[in-house]
Amino acid sequence: MAGGIKKFVVGSFDDEAVLFPAVKNVRKAGYKIHDVYTPFPVHGLDHAMGLRETSLHTAGFIYAITGTTTALSFMSWVFTKDWPLNIGGKPHFALPAWIPITFELTVLFSAVGMVLTFCYLCQLSPFVKKHHFHPRATDDLFVMAIECTDKTNDEEVKSFLEKAGAKEINIQHAETGWWIGRYDREQKLYREEKGY
Amino acid sequence: MNKQFELPAGYKKWTWGLIGAGVLALLYGIVMLHPFAAVSHEAGAAHAHQDHGSTRFWAVLLQNSVYWLLVVNASMFFICVTTMAMGGWQIALRRVPEAISSLVPTLGIITFVVLMAIVWGGRTDIYHWLDASAVAKDPILNGKSGFLNPTFYTIWSAVSIAMWWLLGRKMRSLSLETDKKGQMDHETAKKWIWKNTVWASLYTVFFGLSVASTIPWLWLMSIDAHWYSTMYSWYTFASTFVSGMSLVALFIIFLKNRGQLEYVTEEHLHDIGKFMFAFSVFWTYLWFSQYMLIWYSNQPEETKYFIERIGTAEKSGPYKGIFFLNLIVNFLCPLLILMKRGVKRNWTMVTIMAVLIIFGHWIDLYQMVMPGTLREHAEMMPFEFGIAALFIGIIMWGVGRFFTKHELTAKNHPFLKESMIHHT
Repeated sequence: MAGGIKKFVVGSFDDEAVLFPAVKNVRKAGYKIHDVYTPFPVHGLDHAMGLRETSLHTAGFIYAITGTTTALSFMSWVFTKDWPLNIGGKPHFALPAWIPITFELTVLFSAVGMVLTFCYLCQLSPFVKKHHFHPRATDDLFVMAIECTDKTNDEEVKSFLEKAGAKEINIQHAETGWWIGRYDREQKLYREEKGY
Repeated sequence: MNKQFELPAGYKKWTWGLIGAGVLALLYGIVMLHPFAAVSHEAGAAHAHQDHGSTRFWAVLLQNSVYWLLVVNASMFFICVTTMAMGGWQIALRRVPEAISSLVPTLGIITFVVLMAIVWGGRTDIYHWLDASAVAKDPILNGKSGFLNPTFYTIWSAVSIAMWWLLGRKMRSLSLETDKKGQMDHETAKKWIWKNTVWASLYTVFFGLSVASTIPWLWLMSIDAHWYSTMYSWYTFASTFVSGMSLVALFIIFLKNRGQLEYVTEEHLHDIGKFMFAFSVFWTYLWFSQYMLIWYSNQPEETKYFIERIGTAEKSGPYKGIFFLNLIVNFLCPLLILMKRGVKRNWTMVTIMAVLIIFGHWIDLYQMVMPGTLREHAEMMPFEFGIAALFIGIIMWGVGRFFTKHELTAKNHPFLKESMIHHT
């Protein structure tokens, strides 16, 4: 869904130290990096790729204060308006007793909210499928996908990547969006790829 | 070798200005507050008009000496726990907590003199348990007299201060000797790190036995001798540790502004800021745990502590304002302001927050000491601030002395590279 088929030049690197200058040079040359897939989180790669700072924490803060407000307003409504009970002679508006629950709801709202937001932003969900540029991106290769336009000269990009230190270079026509179901919709099945 | 760091004239001016103001305040106290006048044993209604000056003098000295000693001692604790955790990121800035902890002997002696003057001077207005006739009649104080007596107090205070001093000195000398020895090879470095770890763990264990348990019981909690809280020592530790980290941040920023500490970047500042944020929240956690359990069980002998401070629903207590100011300055401000990443990496904002936190926890110790000693007669006048200025001046003097005598970067530490490439 969404996206559509696009053409990519895909270069695979086997070293983090080669990847960083490559990313820098590819950007400097004006090519558009679709994404870089790495087997583990690489510190500073987001900066090198020029990705903007995530707003996930702002969302987390908003979820958290929503949790705080929910807990406090619900408890004060229950214990002062809806069903006031005398508990150990304490005042109905027993703020200290509510703090632990308020804290828990704050954490719960922000944690669950942030996980769901993260999944939404990364388009992660059960049964949702996306194109794999290289199966070894989850193992030991750093895979850089460069998006091609009508004007892009494939051979030029290929030789550029080769000079930048890529070990494997190929051209792929791939669906950029996600779809629900199986990998059958891909032109190439996962298990048919080289090195599987 | 780089050129040795020289203190700017402004720093020296401030140091001596603060010490001068502090000495003036101390002289004022000695002349005007009659600190050596005899204590009347009945602090009841018959003596409602008695002079509170001498009590005020000793209470203020107790608050400040204990607070600033525990704050400078906290930086040695920081060094030791990061050493034990094999931490590498803090090496580039490690000389700063080392410099601050070099104040432990000076402030330790001052504190010890103050404590001894209180205990052996028979200041029953500070420590009620010093009053032998009251203890004999009082089953609770009598039951605690094995712990709360002048002899044990003296011995344990002396042992604690001496151990912080000696173990801290060992940690500092291990670090300073690398400046002369030069780069270490792999085997020597391994042995040296192991030696550091052993001494750091000895310090940490003793820290647990003193700062995190017995010392706050003896020095501060025994002011309210009938009352006790199992949270109290952790609370005091959290209070002084977060102030200690703030002090470290202030001196780092000072040196950075002078073009020193070449390897310290905003990444390191970010981590110090995280400590300030996290331990402010930890302090609040302990504050709340202590408060809520007492509020919940509602036992008269426990609630007394809070009634003396915030009062009851009918009549608000004399410390209500300070009590809640404490919570705003030490919890709400750090929580909301230090939460954002950008703030923890901003030199100006960290400076402001560090000053705020140090002031806030000074207030915290104030409301721990004053209600039990001065009741409703506590004041917040130039004398109180003057004594604080004296201690700040002494800290600035001692830290400045360390900075001018030693290299500011432990450049031969085996983990230095890890600190240079530190990235959060």
